Amino acid sequence: MTGGGRLRVGLAQMDVSLGDRERNLARHREWVDRATQAGLELLVFPELSLTGYFLKDLVPDMAITLEAAELRELEALSRDCDLVVGAVLEESDRRYFNASLYLSGGELVHVHRKVYLPTYGMFDEHRYLAAGDRIRSFPTRYGRAGILICEDIWHLSTAYVLSLEGVDLIICPSASPGRGVTTDERLGTAESYGLVCRTYGQFLTTFFLYCNRVGYEDGANFWGGSMVIGPNGDVLAQAEDADEALATATLDLGEIRRERLANPLLRDERLEVTITELRRVWHERTRRPY
Amino acid sequence: MSEPAARTDPPFAPLAINVPLVRKILVRFIQNEVRKVGFERVVLGLSGGVDSSLAARLAAEALGPAAVKAFLLPYRGSDPRSRADAIAVVEQLGISCQEIDISPQIDSYFARFPEADQRRRGNKMARERMTILYDQSWAWRALVLGTSNKTELLLGYGTIYGDMASAINPLGDLYKTQVWELAEGLGVPTQIVQKAPTADLWAGQSDETELGFQYRVVDRLLYYLIDRRYRVAELEAEGFDRRFVEQVVRTVRDNQYKRRLPVIAKLSSRTIDREFRYPRDWGH
Repeated sequence: MTGGGRLRVGLAQMDVSLGDRERNLARHREWVDRATQAGLELLVFPELSLTGYFLKDLVPDMAITLEAAELRELEALSRDCDLVVGAVLEESDRRYFNASLYLSGGELVHVHRKVYLPTYGMFDEHRYLAAGDRIRSFPTRYGRAGILICEDIWHLSTAYVLSLEGVDLIICPSASPGRGVTTDERLGTAESYGLVCRTYGQFLTTFFLYCNRVGYEDGANFWGGSMVIGPNGDVLAQAEDADEALATATLDLGEIRRERLANPLLRDERLEVTITELRRVWHERTRRPY
Repeated sequence: MSEPAARTDPPFAPLAINVPLVRKILVRFIQNEVRKVGFERVVLGLSGGVDSSLAARLAAEALGPAAVKAFLLPYRGSDPRSRADAIAVVEQLGISCQEIDISPQIDSYFARFPEADQRRRGNKMARERMTILYDQSWAWRALVLGTSNKTELLLGYGTIYGDMASAINPLGDLYKTQVWELAEGLGVPTQIVQKAPTADLWAGQSDETELGFQYRVVDRLLYYLIDRRYRVAELEAEGFDRRFVEQVVRTVRDNQYKRRLPVIAKLSSRTIDREFRYPRDWGH
């Protein structure tokens, strides 16, 4: 449970080189330098920040294990500022995951493996990657946090589970390609992510950090627009679309207590009703004769 | 089709675009895709039509006018007004240009095949222009900028390995009517935006006459068919004639081969583009 205090957070809205881990790792060093100089306590990198997104058959070449030298270096970089880094993680059984690693105080604290791998439209993740099967929160020095990667947040259940675990902060690293040109000033994807992130902040009364990348891969542009949302749905920081930017905000952690006193949505959540009804739906689905 | 399409009619609302946003995405696309593979410059064939004029405009903004070279590649049958329009674009943008008359090589080849029809001659010209652009791109250490739009690519209204060949294409996801809107918004000379589209492969050729329908009409259909995946019955409910719908569906299907690499006979367990799949921007 959060007592209060303040947390200086930053979103590294960066470009990433596709299939060049060494170069991307060097960029992480530079961004951590910037973050440290700005006095940040938590810096979030986008999805697959070490490798680039549309990897296809490069997935096994770009993967690291939890024993990799790169990971030791990233741990060292996390001594003064907590980091969330995106990587392809290779397990000992040779499964490859789209993962985000939480590093703090020089150590790996948590790994989230993307649960929902988009495999439709322009996406083909499940062809190359294994899907994670855990949605878990973890303690940090400022409160409970949970990570959801990009497509994960398009499934309500993921954030809902984290919310019931009592998170103060949901972190969403993303590599969202921009699409949907209309007469609007922003792309359709930017508008819909804005709606989703603000909705989560307000519905779940938590802070919500969305860090999207910029740059192009195979002609697709990543639109940026990273944002920090407060537990009442307010936008506390918002990076410009399309350009590299370090978006920063100071989170007043006491806002969570105040918001949950004013809007005790989480207190009133009927977990037993949800479970009962989900179980019923599950039984009805599985009892169909054909 | 005697009646010229009115280019300035209000565009079909779902295809209307935010011009500054699309400009920014396409300018940065050119910068990014050219520079990250180690190039600074582009060459393109400038016909005096709206597609190549718009592509030149975007490239000049992205890379600077000094990094864009336009090639005017007329055949002796080409409309002199096309040349005048291309020169107007070159002067407006301050890009360099070179004119190479392709008549000698085209005539020399077809002296052996005097029976060749307009289509053969037109395709040969398009491929002649392509070989010149690729040769010049090597000489100038530049990439070939493509100018095919989404309507042409879907309808296969282009010459495979001719005007459809390029290294990067900023216009391939814009329908023709969107090309007009963007070109007008970015200040491409009005006479170029307003004139009837033509591949200019022979005197008096008109895209819309040859295709048998207007771009404004077919773009509206393609939007529902391709982008929104409407079924034929739903398209009829939207007011489209069934025969027109079936004609367009057939045309899109029959030209699928032009949008793909040549089909490879499968033998091994890892065949290029089937199981061997890497991003184009591999390592960049």
